[in-house]
Amino acid sequence: MNTIAERAIDRSHMTVSDEVAIQISNMNKWYGTFHVLRDINMTVNRGERIVICGPSGSGKSTLIRCINRLEEHQAGQIIVDGIELSSDLKNVDKVRSEVGMVFQHFNLFPHLSILDNLTLAPIWVRKTPKKEAEEVAMHYLEKVKIPEQALKFPGQLSGGQQQRVAIARSLCMKPRIMLFDEPTSALDPEMIKEVLDTMIELAEEGMTMLCVTHEMGFAQAVANRVVFMDQGQIVEQNEPKEFFNNPQSERTQLFLSQILGH
Amino acid sequence: MSDSIDLTYVRTEMLPEQTPPTNAIGAVRWVRENLFNGILNSILTILSILAVIWIVMAIGPWLMNSIWNSDSLSQCREILTAAGSVNHEGTHGACWGVIKERWPQLLFGFYPSELYWRPTVTFVMMCIAIAPILFPSVPRKVLWFSAAYPFLAVFMLWGGSIWVTITAALGFFLGFAALTGLAGFGTLVATTGAILIPILYWLFGWTPLSDGLTNIMPWGIEPVTTSDFGGFMLSIIIGLSGIVLSLPLGILFALGRQSNMVLIKTVSVVFIEFIRGVPLITLLFTASLLLNYFLPPGTNFDLVLRVIIMVTLFATAYMAEVIRGGLAALPRGQYEAADALGLDYWKAQRLIIMPQALKISIPGIVNTFIGLFKDTTLVVFIGLMDPIGLASAIRANSAWQGIYWELFIFIGAVFWIFCFSMSRYSMHLERRLKTDHK
Repeated sequence: MNTIAERAIDRSHMTVSDEVAIQISNMNKWYGTFHVLRDINMTVNRGERIVICGPSGSGKSTLIRCINRLEEHQAGQIIVDGIELSSDLKNVDKVRSEVGMVFQHFNLFPHLSILDNLTLAPIWVRKTPKKEAEEVAMHYLEKVKIPEQALKFPGQLSGGQQQRVAIARSLCMKPRIMLFDEPTSALDPEMIKEVLDTMIELAEEGMTMLCVTHEMGFAQAVANRVVFMDQGQIVEQNEPKEFFNNPQSERTQLFLSQILGH
Repeated sequence: MSDSIDLTYVRTEMLPEQTPPTNAIGAVRWVRENLFNGILNSILTILSILAVIWIVMAIGPWLMNSIWNSDSLSQCREILTAAGSVNHEGTHGACWGVIKERWPQLLFGFYPSELYWRPTVTFVMMCIAIAPILFPSVPRKVLWFSAAYPFLAVFMLWGGSIWVTITAALGFFLGFAALTGLAGFGTLVATTGAILIPILYWLFGWTPLSDGLTNIMPWGIEPVTTSDFGGFMLSIIIGLSGIVLSLPLGILFALGRQSNMVLIKTVSVVFIEFIRGVPLITLLFTASLLLNYFLPPGTNFDLVLRVIIMVTLFATAYMAEVIRGGLAALPRGQYEAADALGLDYWKAQRLIIMPQALKISIPGIVNTFIGLFKDTTLVVFIGLMDPIGLASAIRANSAWQGIYWELFIFIGAVFWIFCFSMSRYSMHLERRLKTDHK
């Protein structure tokens, strides 16, 4: 099923600069004795839109969760926006406030209204005045096309609406990098499109995006690079056209035949 | 064969909403479904009705024959006999005269009767101080009064020099000043300073300062000693202090128990498991008998204060476990979302985790509060004159020797009003905070 917008995608702002946004070198991670990420090397330039795919358990979610240190890595180096992630909590909080994250299960705060969900971090982390934070929040709610839901609570919204609120919540922090961890996997088919549309708009504005997803249509439409992972390693990466039409590794070919074969 | 079946179907118009059929609503249907739904349920319903009738028949006449105007139990019985309220056991009627005669004592214990206005005013102020905490519609400015209330209440109840209270409150200001003044040196230094400086002040600076000020300006009201405290006043003092203190302490110990820091975790676990594993009465005996041995000689540590500390510690241990249950019920994603937005530990706890964990824990928290309030009656065993202790004292008086139902029913009813109010409030709070729309 092709869930991607039929409209033409505006590529005028989709430019990749030379500036490095994320630098991952020789990164390794273990869960106990299980070697979940093996020798990851990856450079993300500002403006890149990267789709990370792979079979379940391949470590793709763990990889992007390491970028804002929701998971700790045990060896190697991750530098985000010039800040190295280490056990220094000040650096970690700084990186987290610059990097937005969207989760599979939205993780909105159910005890707060939509508006309060959006203004919480700007007010308490960025020290933005309440009024200004609310204006910014309404701006992003309009951007994701649900300003009329501002005073409702997350439990009153559909899954697709909740995920768009989650995206708006991240955007309110004016992040320089956005991480998406399977943003459409928990959604009904009817709602996937509205979330993908929002993500495409974000890509059109030149946001640096790392996206773990199985939406290959999205990858073909906006990604400038597709990364295929298996068993905790980067197996293959290429620009989308080459990746889908001419996969080099046997493992990639098998994976693509399974997800695109029907 | 399947080719011959016509599988096509197209709906041409959508159905409108309809009202339910009339036999699905109405009183008769309700009775049949809820009371006489099957033979077993019908028998149970009839037995329940009979039980209610039997209880009313037993208690009703006794209550109907209530005598309010009598100065002693024997006088009450004479009146009952004269009125013919007699059954095979003797006179049959409630003698509420004891309540009428002794209710000031049941409320205030042996507090000097010319000073009854002081606990009364304190009680009224308590209602004002609690209002903004319980109801968001009360102006937020009243919270300042709530913050000052503990000091006001101590001064009003115990009396004495006003400087003792003011200089005690100064300790909190010193703590706050240390917290803000040392903020530049990091959270650890500021927190340590905010805890250590007030403690050092209370140990060494407080008494000389208040004595000095009292000598210069001997302002104050008549002091009342703790041994005169009693009745429901005492229950409320101990119960309310325990409730107010055990909630924040319980939160800290619940967080401590979940901490990654080994020392904090160990201290929390040992505290909780030790206090929960010991009966409250042993803690109270410790408070009344043993605590003085551990304190520097010459310190006169008020018995009620010692009891409050022990009751608070006891309730804290239970509270910590109740709140830990609430914390455990929160999905991992809430912590991750708070982290991902760059909120630090304390902000995430205050803004995201605790509001939800406490909401989940409301029934357990109020359960602990109610238990704590009723447990205050245990202080009778260390010689404090709580309502139960006063009941014994009243019954020791020759005028009311032999009376027990009326006294204990009254005491029970007052406790019930307090506990039922807490229960109803917690239900109201749960409804008010309900945002999940399940």
